[in-house]
Amino acid sequence: MKTAAEQAPATAAAHAGTSAAQAKAHDVVLQVQDLAVDIRTHRGTIRAVNSVAFEARAGETLALLGESGCGKSMTAKALAGIMDPVCDLADGQIVLNGTDLAALTPKERLKFAGPELGIVFQDALTALNPVYTVGTQLGEAFRIHRGLNAKQARLEAIDLMKRVGIPEPESRVNSYPHQFSGGMRQRILIAMAVALNPSLLIADEPTTALDVTVQAQIMQLLRTLREEGQMAVILITHDLAVVAEEADSVAVMYAGNVVESGPVAEVFADPRHPYTKGLLESVPVHLERGAELNSIPGSPPELHDIPPGCVYQSRCPMVQAICRAERPALRPVTPPVSGAGAADGAGLTPAQDSRAITPISAEGRPVRAAACHFSEEISNG
Amino acid sequence: MAEPLLTIEGLTKTFHVAKSASGNTKLKALDGISLTVGRGETLGLVGESGCGKSTLARTLMMLETPDEGTVSFEGTNPFGLRGKELLGWRRRVQMVFQDPFASLNARMSAGDIIAEPWATHRSLYPTSRERDARVRELLHMVGLRPSDARKSPQEFSGGQRQRIGIARALALNPDVIILDEPVSALDLSVQAQVLNLLNELQRELGVSYIFISHDLTVVRHVADRVAVMYLGRIIETGQTEEVFDHPRHPYTAALMSASPKLDVSGAKRDRIVLKGELPSPLDPPSGCRFRTRCWQAQDICAKVSPEPQVITAPDGRRHSAECHFPLDSLKGLTGAAASAL
Repeated sequence: MKTAAEQAPATAAAHAGTSAAQAKAHDVVLQVQDLAVDIRTHRGTIRAVNSVAFEARAGETLALLGESGCGKSMTAKALAGIMDPVCDLADGQIVLNGTDLAALTPKERLKFAGPELGIVFQDALTALNPVYTVGTQLGEAFRIHRGLNAKQARLEAIDLMKRVGIPEPESRVNSYPHQFSGGMRQRILIAMAVALNPSLLIADEPTTALDVTVQAQIMQLLRTLREEGQMAVILITHDLAVVAEEADSVAVMYAGNVVESGPVAEVFADPRHPYTKGLLESVPVHLERGAELNSIPGSPPELHDIPPGCVYQSRCPMVQAICRAERPALRPVTPPVSGAGAADGAGLTPAQDSRAITPISAEGRPVRAAACHFSEEISNG
Repeated sequence: MAEPLLTIEGLTKTFHVAKSASGNTKLKALDGISLTVGRGETLGLVGESGCGKSTLARTLMMLETPDEGTVSFEGTNPFGLRGKELLGWRRRVQMVFQDPFASLNARMSAGDIIAEPWATHRSLYPTSRERDARVRELLHMVGLRPSDARKSPQEFSGGQRQRIGIARALALNPDVIILDEPVSALDLSVQAQVLNLLNELQRELGVSYIFISHDLTVVRHVADRVAVMYLGRIIETGQTEEVFDHPRHPYTAALMSASPKLDVSGAKRDRIVLKGELPSPLDPPSGCRFRTRCWQAQDICAKVSPEPQVITAPDGRRHSAECHFPLDSLKGLTGAAASAL
């Protein structure tokens, strides 16, 4: 089935209207700006995602980090165009390989789902259809987008199962989802997402339901697939350690807003937003057993009750009058004093789209940005 | 070590289930578990899903009857107790559940939830005045307001609900609280609040915890001693730092290695990624149960079940591991891991 595999990038490119068959490493694949999502509820419209901006690059992993209800999954659904009917894309651009997905009709967007963009969900058992064999479900993408018949699609499905490390694919292709273990089901879901070699893979908490030894296997698989296809990966997670190990850059979300973003090593070593700092200090590492953890008091604000000013003001230890009056924008922060970060970026190719004006990127590499009036003070302790 | 409050010897529990692929109908969920828990001590129970952690917890709560083995709680076997004595024993072991959204009755107020255990244990706080006062006291102890007693569970956040669950467990002044994944459903910032609360309560009340968790970072923070379970057996146990820093059993080493670390120094670490998944407990491997996923398995591992070996570290700390070929140092571990990859 080599021939079909080789056709894949070309087919994908044809759909998206790009010239390059395969994105080069570190090219900007996805650019999100001013993304806003509204939810219509019986208590009025609430803004679940507010002016979110980030970039995803080929062969790199961007982590969307945040706690439950912060809007990270909603962002992912907005990117994939699979929002609930009560949700509206209120504002923003989602530029995937030069096409603004936000400006397309739902029907036009269907062409992108699969060849250009794949998504892996958290709960594999509910994401898979229990009444169809995994072979049917894996082959669906090939039947719809490539026009293959059932027999050909089945062979493609077996090929995919091999790719994601499912043993004995020839016999298991006719099994149903419930006949697989949790880890294997997650592999099948990943296989479905990468079936048509998309340039962007969104993984929404792909390992949360799994045991650690299986989580390690799945993360290894995602890394391998990312390298093979030079995919841009958006990893949605609440786990700081997973971000530290898997991601190149991170966008920290709180109450629907990105409050801090930048390369993971720099953000975690020198957080510039009090929320990021508080999260990092909540992890029990390098502490005497039983020592007091530096927890964040309170809980995130209700989305229908977000105060004017900074979204984090109610929990912030350094809140000032200005924080209650004025919402800080996400703006670049000064780089750390050491040259370690700069050396990392030296090998990167500049972004081809020089019009990039988000605070997320400058000279082809992600820059540090934080949405805090006092981001400089945080760095100084 | 503190004097053992709870001693478990050779606990075995077999469930009878529908026929498996091999025709086996017996699922050995616990296979010869021996443990001690000291007064005021925290024992961490670590393992993947299906390893028997929850069955062990349920057995200690007397929700399951063991087939073999003994449980001794300050010298008495709770499974031999009847009537009032049994009631008295039940008071002393309480539990906090994983999911704070499922474990509180949505039709009861927080105060009623906390006071419900006293409906069974009437002698504890016989008058309603005493009960009301104690509810307020318990709410205060877990960091909630006395006025919260009238609210229903839906009005609380996940972290606050878990505090109510803890207050309910404390209502009977127990000696041991079994915490089954008490923070895994909570967000990180809230998780830290609840862990702080648990530590604080232990210092004040001297209560023992059996802390079940898959999060090794959390276990390391709370547990004095740790027991690692795999397919119904405790494969390694000892003082927490000793087990975590110098694992002797390959599975413990793999578990440590597989759990993500918050380290952004960029230092590459040797990772052991185990092959395959947990074998079905219905058809456990012969001999050593871990051998099918172990990178250093030999012929003997398939034939002979390894006995626990007590290993004494240079600084005198002891811990035991069930392995024919225990890893002898961290250096040896990375060597073995490197060859496995």
